[in-house]
Amino acid sequence: MDFTQLSAQFPTLEQTLEGYPLCYLDTAATSQKPKQVLAAMTRYYENDNANVHRAAHQLSSRATTLYEAVRDNLLGFIHAKQREEIIFTHGTTESINLVAYGLTQQINAGDIILIDTSAHHANIVPWQELAKRTGAIIKPISLTSECCIDETAYDVLLQEKPAIVALNHVSNALGTLNPIKHLVARAKHAGALTLVDGAQAIAHLEVNVQAIDCDFYVFSAHKMYGPTGVGILYGRFEILDTLIPLMTGGEMITSVSFDTTQFNTLPNRLEAGTPPIAEVIGLGAAIDFICQLPRVDIAKREAELLHYLQIQLKQMGNITLYGANDGNIGSVAFNLADEHHQDVAILLDQQGVAIRAGHHCAMPLMQSLGLKGCCRASIGIYTCKDDINRFIKALESVKELLLG
Amino acid sequence: MSQVPKPTTEDFLTLELNRANILPLFENANNWQERYRQIMLLGKSIPKLDNAFKVESAQVKGCESSAWLYHQQIEDKHYFLGDSDARIVKGLIGLLLVGCNGKTGTEIAAFDIDKYFDKLGLTGQLSPSRTNGLFALAKAMKAAV
Repeated sequence: MDFTQLSAQFPTLEQTLEGYPLCYLDTAATSQKPKQVLAAMTRYYENDNANVHRAAHQLSSRATTLYEAVRDNLLGFIHAKQREEIIFTHGTTESINLVAYGLTQQINAGDIILIDTSAHHANIVPWQELAKRTGAIIKPISLTSECCIDETAYDVLLQEKPAIVALNHVSNALGTLNPIKHLVARAKHAGALTLVDGAQAIAHLEVNVQAIDCDFYVFSAHKMYGPTGVGILYGRFEILDTLIPLMTGGEMITSVSFDTTQFNTLPNRLEAGTPPIAEVIGLGAAIDFICQLPRVDIAKREAELLHYLQIQLKQMGNITLYGANDGNIGSVAFNLADEHHQDVAILLDQQGVAIRAGHHCAMPLMQSLGLKGCCRASIGIYTCKDDINRFIKALESVKELLLG
Repeated sequence: MSQVPKPTTEDFLTLELNRANILPLFENANNWQERYRQIMLLGKSIPKLDNAFKVESAQVKGCESSAWLYHQQIEDKHYFLGDSDARIVKGLIGLLLVGCNGKTGTEIAAFDIDKYFDKLGLTGQLSPSRTNGLFALAKAMKAAV
């Protein structure tokens, strides 16, 4: 299997839009899905559909086996220590909410929560709500002019002994990569719990949660060629086991009476209700899909493509890039002269080029950059040099139309 | 509390849009470049709203860009003024104004905006799933009448 064969597995990419072949550069919003993922979900619905963990019959037994096999698959994929550390959620957002709510009883008034300025709203708002419930104080970790964590400022903040440090692995808006092992180690040294938002890293980099040594690592299936509606919460067992459940109900109990209810053990304790079974199975197929090629080969190819994209944009003129550093992952953020990002995106769309324009769910980051918003082009496993050349050509036409 | 400033009746009446001249430019455009060039030229021809009028209360939600809309009824006719910080949205507002300005409530209620944009070669622009906010703007205009 090579990259050309891999990219041929994505049916959505084989279409034209009013005469223009689709050029999909919005993988950071959601990736396209390969046939294997769609087939795994269809196969489950056509052959094995039953509820899980209630194996009174053969179908349910098969469904449970398929579902739980994905937990084992993930264990290896992110190098967790034990399967109970992997919780299925509905996405990164739910994963972070689950942690922020789960820690409520452990956080006190005046405790400090540090948040990466380039964090996605999903890694900001749940902490703000936790702060409202507990009287904790949110403090942003400022960025350098290269849009990287300002490590001097970070060290000063760590002296205040924060209770929690919430970081990006890769910024969704800019593609900047945090030196995550190093940042986590320092947070741990200061006695903080750490959560790493890996939504933008997981498709592009080999993630080793034990090497990162964070307490929590979260991501979504739909950004790694899997279906929407399923996400992962990895938690170090000792701390994960102390979270109070955000959701309660079926599946997460061992006994219920009107006097007292006994919660189940991990992972079930944090997976109330019927899970997204087909989607979890689809995620399993997505992992198998990604692992067809060595992760280092994927990372190397994507790094070359992103570098090429950055260079092409730099050479175009009238383009401002934001945090476009060497070693970024997946995305490049830019604006065309003083033009509104929405105008640029609409005119690219006329040419079949799909990018994202807006605040990218990172309003504090946009505020720190003094921007209303920007355009973001992002790549995936199926992106090729030709896509980037087509994008650049289309952007030249946009420039011609807008700047004359 | 100070009164929120509003455009004057004169502001509303001075906006002149010649339907007979404008619409054929779109109907005759034979590619997207020409169509969007005309949208942006139309947007440019519509006077900017004074910054004092670009206030939250006049803002139409549902646009990725900022858009503001004002309405005034003069005798039995309805007049609108609008602006946006994005060129294409400003032009699309212009097209809505071309379609609705100076018309009676009955005329505006009967105005088929989908058909109007289809005819201009801009099918799909009105979809609520678009972030251009045209759907919200059209709804706001109909609601104002």
